[in-house]
Amino acid sequence: MGAGRLRAPMERHGRAAATSASSTREPAPEEPDGRGQEPLRRRANSTSVPAAGTSAEGARRDRHGSCSGGTSVSRQRVESLRKKRPLFPWFGLDIGGTLVKLVYFEPKDITAEEEEEEVESLKSIRKYLTSNVAYGSTGIRDVHLELKDLTLCGRKGNLHFIRFPTHDMPAFIQMGRDKNFSSLHTVFCATGGGAYKFEQDFLTIGELQLCKLDELDCLIKGILYIDSVGFNGRSQCYYFENPADSEKCQKLPFDLKNPYPLLLVNIGSGVSILAVYSKDNYKRVTGTSLGGGTFFGLCCLLTGCTTFEEALEMASRGDSTKVDKLVRDIYGGDYERFGLPGWAVASSFGNMMSKEKREAVSKEDLARATLITITNNIGSIARMCALNEGYFGAVGALLELLKIP
Amino acid sequence: MAECGASGSGSSGDGLDKSITLPPDEIFRNLENAKRFAIDIGGSLTKLAYYSTVQHKVARVRSFDHTGQDAGQDHESPYEISVQEEVTARLHFVKFENSYIEACLDFVRDHLVNTETKVIHATGGGAYKFKDLIEQKLGLRVAKEDVMTCLIKGCNFVLKNIPQEAFVYQKDADPEFRFQTNHPHIFPYLLVNIGSGVSIVKVETEDRFEWIGGSSIGGGTFWGLGALLTKTQKFDELLHLASRGQHANVDMLVQDVYGGAHQTLGLSGNLIASSFGKSATTDQEFSPEDMAKSLLHMISNDIGQLACLYARLHGLDRVYFGGFFIRGHPVTMRTITYSISFFSKGEVQALFLRHEGYLGAIGAFLRGAEQDNPDQYSWGENYAGSSGLMSSSPELGPTQGAKSGTFDLLEMDRLERPLVNLPLLLDPASYVPDTVDLTDDALARKYWLSCFEEALDGVVKRAVASQPGSADAAERAEKFRHKYRDKLQTLRHQPFAYGTLTVRSLLDTREHCLNEFNFPDPYSQVKQKENGVALRGFQSVVRALDALGWEERQLALVRGLLAGNVFDWGAKAVSEVLESDPQFGFEEAKKKLEERPWLVDSYDTWLQRLKGPPHKCALIFADNSGVDVILGVFPFVRELLSRGTEVILACNSGPALNDVTYGEALLVAEHIAAMDPVVHSALREERLLLMQTGSSSPCLDLSRLDEGLAVLVRERGTDLVVIEGMGRAVHTNYRAALRCESLKLAVLKNPWLAARLGGRLFSVIFKFEVPAE
Repeated sequence: MGAGRLRAPMERHGRAAATSASSTREPAPEEPDGRGQEPLRRRANSTSVPAAGTSAEGARRDRHGSCSGGTSVSRQRVESLRKKRPLFPWFGLDIGGTLVKLVYFEPKDITAEEEEEEVESLKSIRKYLTSNVAYGSTGIRDVHLELKDLTLCGRKGNLHFIRFPTHDMPAFIQMGRDKNFSSLHTVFCATGGGAYKFEQDFLTIGELQLCKLDELDCLIKGILYIDSVGFNGRSQCYYFENPADSEKCQKLPFDLKNPYPLLLVNIGSGVSILAVYSKDNYKRVTGTSLGGGTFFGLCCLLTGCTTFEEALEMASRGDSTKVDKLVRDIYGGDYERFGLPGWAVASSFGNMMSKEKREAVSKEDLARATLITITNNIGSIARMCALNEGYFGAVGALLELLKIP
Repeated sequence: MAECGASGSGSSGDGLDKSITLPPDEIFRNLENAKRFAIDIGGSLTKLAYYSTVQHKVARVRSFDHTGQDAGQDHESPYEISVQEEVTARLHFVKFENSYIEACLDFVRDHLVNTETKVIHATGGGAYKFKDLIEQKLGLRVAKEDVMTCLIKGCNFVLKNIPQEAFVYQKDADPEFRFQTNHPHIFPYLLVNIGSGVSIVKVETEDRFEWIGGSSIGGGTFWGLGALLTKTQKFDELLHLASRGQHANVDMLVQDVYGGAHQTLGLSGNLIASSFGKSATTDQEFSPEDMAKSLLHMISNDIGQLACLYARLHGLDRVYFGGFFIRGHPVTMRTITYSISFFSKGEVQALFLRHEGYLGAIGAFLRGAEQDNPDQYSWGENYAGSSGLMSSSPELGPTQGAKSGTFDLLEMDRLERPLVNLPLLLDPASYVPDTVDLTDDALARKYWLSCFEEALDGVVKRAVASQPGSADAAERAEKFRHKYRDKLQTLRHQPFAYGTLTVRSLLDTREHCLNEFNFPDPYSQVKQKENGVALRGFQSVVRALDALGWEERQLALVRGLLAGNVFDWGAKAVSEVLESDPQFGFEEAKKKLEERPWLVDSYDTWLQRLKGPPHKCALIFADNSGVDVILGVFPFVRELLSRGTEVILACNSGPALNDVTYGEALLVAEHIAAMDPVVHSALREERLLLMQTGSSSPCLDLSRLDEGLAVLVRERGTDLVVIEGMGRAVHTNYRAALRCESLKLAVLKNPWLAARLGGRLFSVIFKFEVPAE
């Protein structure tokens, strides 16, 4: 899941106007009309995956998504949709607390005949999405994640991954209206908290009915699917061997063939931890509010950074031991009574109790300490959950997964 | 991690303040004989511990010397009283701000007279920093003690020795503090110490504990990160900021993610989805208050969550929280409590400790005092010499920044004998001695506080009168008045200061204060006189009883017990009568009694029971001296003995009001034995045994009784417990459930209490209970 492994931002460019979609009101920095673009410029860029309440504890869940208007859509219906093969465009939308993730299937096996019949709006969407890597000032297509030559419902094509900040949802909906999405009669499947929050806006502004789907259902389905197709021939799931040793540490593929039971730690703005027993039997174990949003939020406050990538980049250059109080800072070495090594963090940000030390740290050090604080904490909670759930085996893999190289 | 590391940096004032003047009378008491020093230096507070001996005047009773010239003289009194010096052991703990450390060390050195002590046991992060200063100032070698070991040792000590040490905290509840009655078995438990980091320790036995986990997100994170975010440097000020902030301005809530739909989805919209999730922006300013609040929530929730996970994994439901992050701060206690309750779904309660700040110092002291075997003794919190909870806590207020200069004290008296549970308690874990919780019951609290305050004049007068030869009695009595009135005043505002406020704790506090000013037994002469008078009436009372038929006699015996119980100097309504009417006697008291049916009346069942086989052994807790014990209790004892029942008569070890002490009871029994062959032979054959309770209270805590008594109760197969008097059978133990038959009887000598129970002055409680099979 490699949260936080998003690469540095692509150069922002407002080339939207140069595409066939030039007529749309895709927000661009230069647009004079502030309605759509203002929020785009306002906010820093992107974190990762969806927001998850720290705590909405759940028993084993068997909740299905529901299409807007309250009509419940059973799994069968979704199944049958697939069999019937829905009309293009094929979208999947996950509206998180910080970030909107849009997955777009670009059919590559379009026949000339099909192309002929393709309505203009559909064509313009396809061209717009696939010919750009950035949309407006904040939308980004993660080109490196693109899955090529996929067969989906009998169609061949590429799966594109696009993200933009949740606060730009109004602009996105407006774009949908301008591009006349509603005329395409496509089913707009959406998950994440925003599927609820923006449902009414989709309906009244975009004239689009969302098919709301349960976010945890989608999460597990998505993981299993992505793993099954692999990453352009490589494994999707990986772990770090010898994470504590910077010399020997290496990223290795992890075989997810017999994954159950597994603990799924989904780090969005917040963190959700799920125990998954089979592909449709899982429960939310717990969560924590100390997640990606906390890392990014604190970094913004502490360093003045503006993007998630910038925060990560700063963190990669910093030294957290200037910020954190280590066991050796207190005991002079290891604390043998409890078997704690001297290098272990005793108190995150503990050195910052001292005015002199506050004055001596760099922004990079602070970003690094923030990252270490959050990731260690998630690792610690995940480990405890795993122990409580009784998965010793899976723990190791998870811990590895969470370690920062 | 423990409290280490927070030392100095950013804390209130590194500069040592030498200009303070210490009020020595109040603070470093009994330094002259002090030995076994220990010190715990934390990030901002220092705790100094020492062991000392206290000289008390005690009233001793003894038979007149029959060999000397007194022999054969007919004494007005049955025994003589002498005031003697007694030496008792006491532990002193003093807590003060680190900035006073130099002044305090100077003071200690100057007042340390005859000590053989060479070593001071030190713990806490500051022990390193101040090592040289301590060695130089005191001339003692600093012996470093492991922080965690000290903490756990201290924790075990307070949990064992201080009833109602632990409490749950609920903001906005009334009362905010709910004290736990101490379990007889304190292990296993989880201690979560929130210093700069968090240590989670599982404590399984006295000597076995294990560090099972921890977190680096602790008090240091709050302080350090808080200082970075808000430019506020002091921990207390950060907490104060947090208490005024709105975290929802900074945190991303579930409702921010779901919009209004969280309701239909059954999610609580106010839950935090992402801490600081809203601060990921560059064009918005966040207030220091809001950020501090968000940080506080983030850290408290995280610790609470981890604590729950560890508690669940290890199957523990008692989780105590300590460390400087907690230390009496309502703000953090509140957020931790919320978090624990949330993550455990109410299954685990966050428990806090009244003396949490002293744990390290207590532990370090115990480490250094192992040769004195402090663990073998029972200790009691001295209410007179101890500051109550929150009395000087670094409470948040606008005047922060000004040095509070407060000193917090804890004194523990070493008790003569170990105290244990009465083996006959049905369920020791759920036994609560006190009938009414005055922290809970505001009306009752108000009444009793006023009642004790109004009675203060009388007590002072009695105290002065009890020491006619003493030149400074009046002065000491005034000091006593002042002290006790202060305590009452404190309790008016902080009823939780010494644990659950009860009539018992008010009475005990008064006894402690009287002792403090050398009024060990203000009623000694009164008791002496009354015992003399009552002894002279014993034979005629017994003769009259013996003349009655069996059934008549049983009722007369019970009425005698009740009438005797009227003679209670602790009850205002009675003491007024006794003061004004010296002729008021046993017969007058009988006339005062309510006629049957009594307010609580199970006499008929009792009578039925007496028609059955005799009890094997009866344990009787006696109440007052004089008429009560001699004309009420002894005839009753005599009847039981005649039935073939063995009797253990348990009396207070030390004086309290006009309650009969063990020493007095021995002399009284001797006199009765001389007059009465039944008692005489029973004493000789050990069918009648006089024992001490281990207590010096007008009330009775059946979970803290003399070990010797408990052993005897078990050995003799005790199957009947008789508890007599308002203090022991109504204020306490009214609802105590025992595994054997019990008889609780008292005369209500307080009109307010009587009215509350639906009766009137001199209503009778006669409660005979047979445990369910």
